[in-house]
Amino acid sequence: MSADRVSYTLDSTLETVNNAEETAGRMAAEAGFDDEEIMQISMAVREAAVNAVLHGNAYDPSKKVTLAFERTADDFVIVIRDQGKGLDASRIPDPLAPDNLMKTSGRGIFLIRSFMDVVEIHPSKTGTELRMIKHVHGNPADSKEAPQ
Amino acid sequence: MTMKSSTRQVDGVTIVDLSGRITLGEGSIVLRETVRDLLSKGQKKILLNLGEVNYIDSSGIGELVSAFTTAKNQGGELKLLNLTKKVHDLLQITKLYTVFDVKDDEAAGIKSFSK
Repeated sequence: MSADRVSYTLDSTLETVNNAEETAGRMAAEAGFDDEEIMQISMAVREAAVNAVLHGNAYDPSKKVTLAFERTADDFVIVIRDQGKGLDASRIPDPLAPDNLMKTSGRGIFLIRSFMDVVEIHPSKTGTELRMIKHVHGNPADSKEAPQ
Repeated sequence: MTMKSSTRQVDGVTIVDLSGRITLGEGSIVLRETVRDLLSKGQKKILLNLGEVNYIDSSGIGELVSAFTTAKNQGGELKLLNLTKKVHDLLQITKLYTVFDVKDDEAAGIKSFSK
């Protein structure tokens, strides 16, 4: 099985968010995903980058975001890390709950989970690592969310 | 591509033609300022034409919710017109499609506002 991996170290800026999205879209296209899947992957990466830059690193110029893409025979794996205080995913409100439906934020992680086959959030005191997987086209693997 | 916004008046309704991306940063700010400006001028019947909006992220969705709520709180009405498939699908999965009043015909959309 061959594997291709590429990683980037990025500043905590809005430009990083746009670059991450654009790179994800390009790599997803190269991996053979269709237009709908490319949109889902690039949007999931955009939302993850927004979380890393805004909520994780809080635009702190001394903190970096790392973004890695890995293509295996079965999966397209994306890992994004920040250097923030660590995201407690259990405290993210359900954006579909009636009380939260009209809130103006809090949908990013929900969209990532909607678009990717596997989503893992690993918070620590030195930052958050978000790992997400889209199964390569035709892979019959189960679409289940991994435990956090 | 950044977002562009232009407004026109038809039978007392302000139609806001948006094109491009409504995302964190410029796109969301343009939408917010456009709606706030209209409401401050007393133009409270707003039809957001999203026919040329090809991309929206969670910040953009939040901005649509904010625009809807702001208009409603000021006694106005804000409706959506001509959703692209991407925007339609996003509003479906976030359960907001039934919250917004969504139209797919401009003339019918204009008539739907209270006189």
